[in-house]
Amino acid sequence: MAETRLMTLQPDGKLLKGARPSMDEEFLLDALRWMLLSRLYDEKVIGLQRQGRFGVYSPGLGQEASIVGSSMALDPERDWIVPQYRELMAIVRHGYPLEKITATYMGKTTEATRIPEGVNVLPTQVALAAQLPQAVGLAWGLKLQGKDAVVMAYIGDGGSSEGDFHEALNLAGVQKVPIVFFMQNNQWAISTPRSLQSATPSFSLRAAGYGFPGVEVDGNDIFAVYQAAVEAVRRARAGDGPTLIESVTYRMGFHNTTDNPSRYEDKEQRADFERRDPIDRVVRYLRSLGLLDEQREDNLRAEVSAEVDRVIEAAAAEPGVRPDGMFDNVYERPPARVLKQREQFRGSNGNA
Amino acid sequence: MPERNVVEAINNALTEEMERDPRVMLLGLDVGRLGGVFRTTSGLIEKYGASRVVDTPLAEASIIGASLGLAVSGMVPVAEIQFLGFTAQAFHQIGPQLGKYRHRSRGRYHAQVTIRAPFGGGIRSPEFHSDAVEAQFVQSPGIKVVMPSNPYDAKGMLLEAIRDPDPVLFCEPDRLYRLYRMEVPDGDYTVPFGKAVVAREGKDVTLVAWSAAVELCQRAAAKLAEEDVEASIVDLRTLVPLDVETLVNAVAATGRCVIVHEAPLSAGFGAEVAATLAEEAFYDLDAPIARVASWDIPFPPASMEHWYLPSVDRVVEAAKRTAAA
Repeated sequence: MAETRLMTLQPDGKLLKGARPSMDEEFLLDALRWMLLSRLYDEKVIGLQRQGRFGVYSPGLGQEASIVGSSMALDPERDWIVPQYRELMAIVRHGYPLEKITATYMGKTTEATRIPEGVNVLPTQVALAAQLPQAVGLAWGLKLQGKDAVVMAYIGDGGSSEGDFHEALNLAGVQKVPIVFFMQNNQWAISTPRSLQSATPSFSLRAAGYGFPGVEVDGNDIFAVYQAAVEAVRRARAGDGPTLIESVTYRMGFHNTTDNPSRYEDKEQRADFERRDPIDRVVRYLRSLGLLDEQREDNLRAEVSAEVDRVIEAAAAEPGVRPDGMFDNVYERPPARVLKQREQFRGSNGNA
Repeated sequence: MPERNVVEAINNALTEEMERDPRVMLLGLDVGRLGGVFRTTSGLIEKYGASRVVDTPLAEASIIGASLGLAVSGMVPVAEIQFLGFTAQAFHQIGPQLGKYRHRSRGRYHAQVTIRAPFGGGIRSPEFHSDAVEAQFVQSPGIKVVMPSNPYDAKGMLLEAIRDPDPVLFCEPDRLYRLYRMEVPDGDYTVPFGKAVVAREGKDVTLVAWSAAVELCQRAAAKLAEEDVEASIVDLRTLVPLDVETLVNAVAATGRCVIVHEAPLSAGFGAEVAATLAEEAFYDLDAPIARVASWDIPFPPASMEHWYLPSVDRVVEAAKRTAAA
């Protein structure tokens, strides 16, 4: 653990003594809505996956404050998100329509479901840390073109062991690019615990080696996450360069739908994080202020749940793939050989 | 018309393109202050400044990964990997990332990145500097693999590479860098990809090569001519895209083929050429296809490299055998 871990809202829903909330009430209610959307969506699509209607999926369960709070510090009109793969509602909030992403998970990988023009999001990345040098290049290019834009790049505790992590942070420091490295330390890289990932007492300390600040935050505290992200975005926008944020959270679900954490998970650690649930914390806080009662919370959950149903329905109605669609968008100017192979495939597949 | 060697042709192409298109930038190890270890980028930092000619940290993966991000942002990066053998440390960012980015984003994002990389033996360079690993990138769909063999093509193909919206690996034959000059015009011209060229006409046997091996074949053909064997030479110029038509026609014309490359024999691009000829020109062949390549061993220390690389004698021997078969 770093010398200080930024925290504002305690697990019991009370503010830490002397701490001020980083969001006003309306913004917090919006954040709660996004966190609930994240959770209810995860729960519903895991069910769909079990029915064979949804692809392999990595839920954000337990990490909602981290995912939502970080992205809320960005301006979708000018800033960019470079995701890993467990930040779904961050990229949705940034403008990538949830029904398009859902359709992709339902096997509809077509141009119709790609990231729309004008949405400043890069494709998700499962080759971990490979997205970071790319994010640095993006931030660098935006800076060279004088654009008022900040890039937020996501990574995990596991991905931080990759060589690309080092190369990217090093280059970002040298070129002083407008980027925020947002690390969700969810304690697990599939089954490998954080303790086997690195001997550093805090991943945030690594930033010092690259010449920029690192901050450790309680990743289940939406106020702390948002506050750290806002400050990092402010620094980047002001031309002061990168920040590394380590958001300490816990993967309450599984690595993905093929995983079985009961084979390796520490029950006590899990129980400890259950008590620190990011959504419960906000609900308790809002109740203590009289801004949320049982009825209103139920209504909110019902609204969000209905939205998830609507999204899944819309995704199911998206057009399906064409077999020869796999040849699309490999090249802008395809080699004759590839075009010939596509003809050959069409002939053999009866797909003209 | 001015005469230029390969280094001068590349430098001229980069200068003209940076002048023409303000989005073009260079990045890599030692490309700025030093002007590149072979001086291909000499004088450019003085003309275009350190924000467009960037000395990067010694880190190949981030040179390529950052180039991809720069391209997404709207820049047109030309990355240099100091030697092709060093691409091993950036391989993931080249094949799986750069090569697939357009496909992974379903056409939303382009990866208009050119990677320049000197390679090849014959200049007594240290370990890892000479490896001819071009075929590795042919197995990376999405990447174009470009292998100029002379100063004229070097300029025209580099301009084509920088303007191609697809990522291009531009392999520079370092042995030829300063070997000779030829006419290379000032101003704009491009050499299109996927157009092989018959670099020498001959009726007895067809030599197929690319990059520095074309120059080797020219010397071998001259020697063969002294022994009344007339060799034609096909310079493939680009491995991806491959010009099957020119290849097949040139081999069919003699019925005999010798493929020459610096990479180790097994699964070198020569194997792809031979397989293509077996599919497309089998009934025009009068002799088995021969290959002259480096041995299937690591590139040896510089003092032994002439025993490892294809030589004039080995090409001549294979061509005579094939012509007589």
